[in-house]
Amino acid sequence: MQTKIMIRRKMKQARYMMVSVVTFAILLLVWSMASHFEMVDPLFLPEPINVLKKLWETVCDGSLWTDMGVSIYRISMGFLLATVLGVPIGILCSCFKSVSAVFSPLCQFIRYMPVPAFVPLLMVWMGIGEFSKIMIVFIGTFFQLVLMIIDDCNSVSDDLLAAGYTLGANNRTTVFRVLIPAMAPSMMQTLRMMIGWAWTYLVVAELVAANTGLGYSILKAQRFLKTDAIFVGIVVIGLLGLITDIVLGFLIKKIFPWEESVSNG
Amino acid sequence: MADAKLVASNVCKIYNAGKKNAFKAIDNVNVEVCENEFVCMVGPSGCGKSTLLRMFAGLDFPTSGEITIDGEKIIGPGANRGMVFQTYTLFPWMTVEDNIKFGPKLKKMTKQEQQEITDKYLTAIGLEKFRNSRPKELSGGMKQRVAIARALANNPEVLLMDEPFGALDLFTKSQMQLMMRELWQRERTTIVFITHDIEEAVFLGTKVYVMSASPGQIREVIDIDLPYSRDLDLKDTPEFIKIRRHIHSLLH
Repeated sequence: MQTKIMIRRKMKQARYMMVSVVTFAILLLVWSMASHFEMVDPLFLPEPINVLKKLWETVCDGSLWTDMGVSIYRISMGFLLATVLGVPIGILCSCFKSVSAVFSPLCQFIRYMPVPAFVPLLMVWMGIGEFSKIMIVFIGTFFQLVLMIIDDCNSVSDDLLAAGYTLGANNRTTVFRVLIPAMAPSMMQTLRMMIGWAWTYLVVAELVAANTGLGYSILKAQRFLKTDAIFVGIVVIGLLGLITDIVLGFLIKKIFPWEESVSNG
Repeated sequence: MADAKLVASNVCKIYNAGKKNAFKAIDNVNVEVCENEFVCMVGPSGCGKSTLLRMFAGLDFPTSGEITIDGEKIIGPGANRGMVFQTYTLFPWMTVEDNIKFGPKLKKMTKQEQQEITDKYLTAIGLEKFRNSRPKELSGGMKQRVAIARALANNPEVLLMDEPFGALDLFTKSQMQLMMRELWQRERTTIVFITHDIEEAVFLGTKVYVMSASPGQIREVIDIDLPYSRDLDLKDTPEFIKIRRHIHSLLH
């Protein structure tokens, strides 16, 4: 007998994968058709095969690797800096209202400022060197990160911390042995999400003020109306993001096997 | 009383004091818990019994009045007052064994002492087989047993229990009550046990504080004069039913 459809029903992993793959395939097909039969001017929409050819070209002449290397370096440094500063500050904010009073309103305020607006300012302050690009990634992620880490900490139940205290833990031990292990899985999910945003800010920085990197390669392609090269840049960034996400998702499952709700979303 | 261990004298707790929505949760409550006693506090929800227990733990503080242990004012949580919560509070990243070891480890006991204590309480709660399991693999009743073992392994002077069996099904609950009573008879740890289940309070306690709500006050203190060794059949005896009915009439 047919059962009723309800939300949040489970789905077989294989079926799930199949639907996902088919979606990508349909998208690719529509793109191929549209470009092959020139429903759209080829200048605006290159054929997928041409994008692949272009990608192969950049692989062979090595320009893809240099651009990727530079971009990955910038995003890593910016993101690392945001994490190294943001995580402890977020944890301290959730522990002590006095620290929160300093940082929370500040972060709430700055996170509404558009990051691209900082680019000209940073160029004036620090030129167009590597550091200004790293700073853009930092500014884009840091303030959000602090707020989200506070949230991650706050979602640890009071009773869990009280359990630590009543077992004789002092403030330090409660933070390091109870609070941090308890929030670590959701913190990793937060970082996983933030790294996606970091890519956006990196490309913003490279579009405006750079002469290397994936973002710059897109800008350069636009100047010569090489849409295929623009597509290469976008697709490569998308793939890098996807790979990072999958790797992090896998690591999170491996590191925190005790988590009750590690989702596959 | 000279030998009172844990004392609450004239304790009041007012939330939002001085504001329009001020709310008196506890009004002039006096409690005396002597060494080796199993004190149960029973009352309807909202009678402030959990608040009172949290104040014993040092997780909350009275608006006026004083709470002392061995004559010393309680100014915060400490290892001498262990606590078992109604919610599941096992550390999910640790195995059952490591959860129980948490307290002894903090006390910097030797590895061997830690192991001996852990083994002792794993046996006491009958979960030796699950020593390497994670909390998420355990049922609700098993989780609470580990939580009790974890608190006892720390050898507290007073064990505070906040409706620890409140979320369990009836069958598991009576099994837990039996185990708890046996554990107490063996260890004679001083216990303060909060519940809204009259039967549970009478079955477990040596003394029952009956509380009424809004504001939370002590209605009566009853010494439970029932056999020392107890099994679940006790709940059907006339003596038991008489006390249960008496408390029931106090609360309704």
